Amino acid sequence: MTAAGFHALWSHWRRNPLQLFTLVAGLALATALWSGVQAVNAEARASYGAAAATLGEGQFDQLLPAQSDTIAQADYIALRRAGWQVGPVVDGRLDADGTQIRILGIDPLTAPNGFDAVGEGQPVDLVDFLSKPTVFANADTADLLKGLGVRVIEDAGVASGMAITDVSVAQDVLSLPGQLSRLVIANQQPLGVPPLADVVPNLTRVAAQSGTDVARLTDSFHLNLTAFGLLSFAVGIFIVHGTIGLAFEQRRSMVRTLRALGMPLRRVMVLMGVELIVLALIGGGVGVVMGYLIAAALLPDVAATLKGLYGADVSGTLQLRPSWWISGLLISVAGTGVAAIGSLMQVARMPLLASARPQAWLTASSARRILHVAISGLLLAVAVALGVWGKGLVLGFVMLGALLIGAALALPLILDVALRLGQARARHVIWEWFWADTRQQLPGLSLALMALLLAMAANVGVSTMVSSFRLTFVGFLDQRLASELYVTAQTPAQSEALQAFLKPQVRVILPVLSVQTDLAGLPTDLYGARIDSTHRDNWAFLEARSDAWDSVDTGRGIIINEQLARRAGLWVGDDVSLGGSRILPVVGIYGDYGNPIGQAIVQEDLFNALHPNQIPTRFGLRTDTPDSVRKALIDDFGLPEANIIDQAGIKAFSLSIFERTFTVTGALNVLTLAVAGFAIFMSLLTLASMRVPQLAPAWALGLTRRKLGQLELTRAAILAVLTATAAIPLGLALAWVLLAVVNVEAFGWKLPMYVFPAAYAKLCGFALLAAIVAALWPALRLARTPPTDLLKVFANER
Amino acid sequence: MLLQAHQLKKSFQSVDGPVPVLRGIDLSVDAGETLALTGESGSGKSTLLHILGGLDVVDSGTISLEGHDITGLDDTGRAALRRDTFGIIFQQFNLIPSLTVAANIAFQARLAGKASTDGLAHLADALGLTEQLNKYPEQLSGGQQQRVAIARALAVRPKLVLADEPTGNLDEDTAEQVLAQMLDLVADTGAALVMVTHSPTLANRMGRRLHLRQGQLA
Repeated sequence: MTAAGFHALWSHWRRNPLQLFTLVAGLALATALWSGVQAVNAEARASYGAAAATLGEGQFDQLLPAQSDTIAQADYIALRRAGWQVGPVVDGRLDADGTQIRILGIDPLTAPNGFDAVGEGQPVDLVDFLSKPTVFANADTADLLKGLGVRVIEDAGVASGMAITDVSVAQDVLSLPGQLSRLVIANQQPLGVPPLADVVPNLTRVAAQSGTDVARLTDSFHLNLTAFGLLSFAVGIFIVHGTIGLAFEQRRSMVRTLRALGMPLRRVMVLMGVELIVLALIGGGVGVVMGYLIAAALLPDVAATLKGLYGADVSGTLQLRPSWWISGLLISVAGTGVAAIGSLMQVARMPLLASARPQAWLTASSARRILHVAISGLLLAVAVALGVWGKGLVLGFVMLGALLIGAALALPLILDVALRLGQARARHVIWEWFWADTRQQLPGLSLALMALLLAMAANVGVSTMVSSFRLTFVGFLDQRLASELYVTAQTPAQSEALQAFLKPQVRVILPVLSVQTDLAGLPTDLYGARIDSTHRDNWAFLEARSDAWDSVDTGRGIIINEQLARRAGLWVGDDVSLGGSRILPVVGIYGDYGNPIGQAIVQEDLFNALHPNQIPTRFGLRTDTPDSVRKALIDDFGLPEANIIDQAGIKAFSLSIFERTFTVTGALNVLTLAVAGFAIFMSLLTLASMRVPQLAPAWALGLTRRKLGQLELTRAAILAVLTATAAIPLGLALAWVLLAVVNVEAFGWKLPMYVFPAAYAKLCGFALLAAIVAALWPALRLARTPPTDLLKVFANER
Repeated sequence: MLLQAHQLKKSFQSVDGPVPVLRGIDLSVDAGETLALTGESGSGKSTLLHILGGLDVVDSGTISLEGHDITGLDDTGRAALRRDTFGIIFQQFNLIPSLTVAANIAFQARLAGKASTDGLAHLADALGLTEQLNKYPEQLSGGQQQRVAIARALAVRPKLVLADEPTGNLDEDTAEQVLAQMLDLVADTGAALVMVTHSPTLANRMGRRLHLRQGQLA
């Protein structure tokens, strides 16, 4: 009985291969976009996770040299003898055949993390490691290290472009005998150790970056990717839902016959469930492979973005992990379940003697329409409530979801109202029929149009966010990179000589003084600034007192960035303690886009009083002749060219990092729009064959098949334009949520929102084109429908 | 006695309250007997046929098959009865559109585990369907589709064939041919036949005739 039943159910797909293709393709596309994004995320996390763990950055306090580039090994020995639990680190770059490789030397016996990051989960044989010079690197990097004369062990857990080795090997390879880059301080120290200042007065302690570590920063980036992956998955599931609904509707009579001929309902349900799971696994399997290809294509951009934005190293190669297969297949099955549950329940509740309603799929009941409108209203109300009262990143995304799904469910009603208006204004009989026929077709196209709405809204939302970000960022760069040249002294000792050399050659020298410290209990970069017209003319505050610069210049005020203001709850007028009895009021808050941590600026002399050991090595130079200053610095002062950066170069570099950041989301946007176009195409193709009974009377009354085909194209274009019109305000709302809610929660700063009408018009053009291309084949098929098929509609036997 | 029904009552709900469709039907069918159920539209004849075939349930009354009470069977029990014991022929044919003619004919027999290649070939031959076996239902005329439905019902070698206006969708000549073939084949298999029809001519060709009026046997 089971075999016969399965044979009958499966025969539906054999006879309707297009429907089967739509279902599997929908599932595959949905899974591909989802698993592709997950693959990129997982690979990136695994890759930079290893680097972060090895470095100990973000987890442990560190000791850095106050005035030179390195620490003498004698200082390390002195600390150990004094009882301090510290681990030495040698960190430098090695040129291997033109490729820069980061060499990280640690002492496995004293490093707080030991060798956790290498060995791929297996303990490393320390005796063997210490007795033979050994370097751990991943396969790509290992090849470049072959000529180093040390044993190279391939380890996939080490980040790309990095090699991990013992301190002594690193000193040897980097030609740094007896020198260390920094010391990592273990969290637990013995009682009674002497103060650091007594043992190593020449070293500066830098606090752990607990609030700003790489993982947390990149999490926000991954969250954005995940959100778009989920949106793309939702678009795909709309296709699946539509196809399953249609297939179940068409098989109602078959189910009734199966039951009439003696197959119990339970068995029918089980067979249909098994059938769907099999299809979900096939679609999911294809989707995982496609997702892998998408991920492989996106990964170089993701790697560049993460490195540019956060300094996180990501391997450029992708591994097909078993977990992707499992999660991809599970999400496919779950998505199919969500899409099919309604149809399955309808079949389960269908009375044995219910009359078949082959057109029911096309004519959604008014009860269901009312339900959708009610759910839509509820979701939009939830979105508004969360916009007013919600807090936190998760609620931000819940708001996003409620807004999008609520709007999608409201779309058929909006379109129906628009089509009614068209119908009311029609003056010619053909157009009256056209509008009425379009309204009748609306339920069958609703899901595809909802998919188009979501895809377009995502596109509008993301492009608005990116473009707003770009405008703000360019303005920010103009403000913050006002100096024509930036120079860096080779050593702190060279600093004074450099300033003396520059003084007669430039208008103003602006030293860049900074130290990492704690303000209001949060890790902050504190800058000392020589206040000049450069600041007064170029800096724009988000909020400030009118005499902000005067207050800073006279040491009576401090300005802070938006990140610190939001995290510490500090606003203009609040007092900040700079240590000791020094308390200053906040006199201004400035935008600081792209910076993950807090920042504050005080006047130069005040900074020097607070941190007397800090000697500036970087300077901004205001000059009308940047080229001649550059030449003099190189030729007369002997400063290497690499130590001189012109403003235009920095801006171009900063912008290039920024442009890469959104390449990935841009690619996902295009893919999502393509999936929506596919949904429209498949819906129109499916409807074309079912619409013969509706079109035959119009044909019989004198409309040519060619005219019918043209009207089909016009219909697709009108529906696409109407959907696009609804998508733009939705996309702008999406952008507002991303900029004013999600961005603040994830990155800590709020961006001003700009609108870009030309970009939206272009997008509407694309949507129109996609809809017309999608409608072209179905319209052609309709125009070529043989008259015999149209005549059959009027035959009694059918 | 193959089938015996006693005081069958059935009502349907409407906005004005329950509408009685069967008002106490007593009926018996012997093995191999042919019986016509006639009556006006709405007299309850199709409802009676559905109840006898286990497609619907009664509000009260009993039905026994070969002496066994089948009134209280659950959905699974009634499904087994339809599958193994009855052959049902519908006015709308109810073929499975995605299966070929051959697969449609064999379908119920396969469900019941009774499919035999020879038996199917014989039925196809007797009903003039041999040339159509690889076609799909949509490629057949109405008469051919009803012949497929008859073959499907008989392929399971049922004890009782229940036919609900099997020629209602066919023209007069085709209806005559289909009925003749159905009666011959039913006689060959020794099954009993209960047929609902509007046509007095067709009813007269059956061994016995019962007329329903407003839910009661007249």
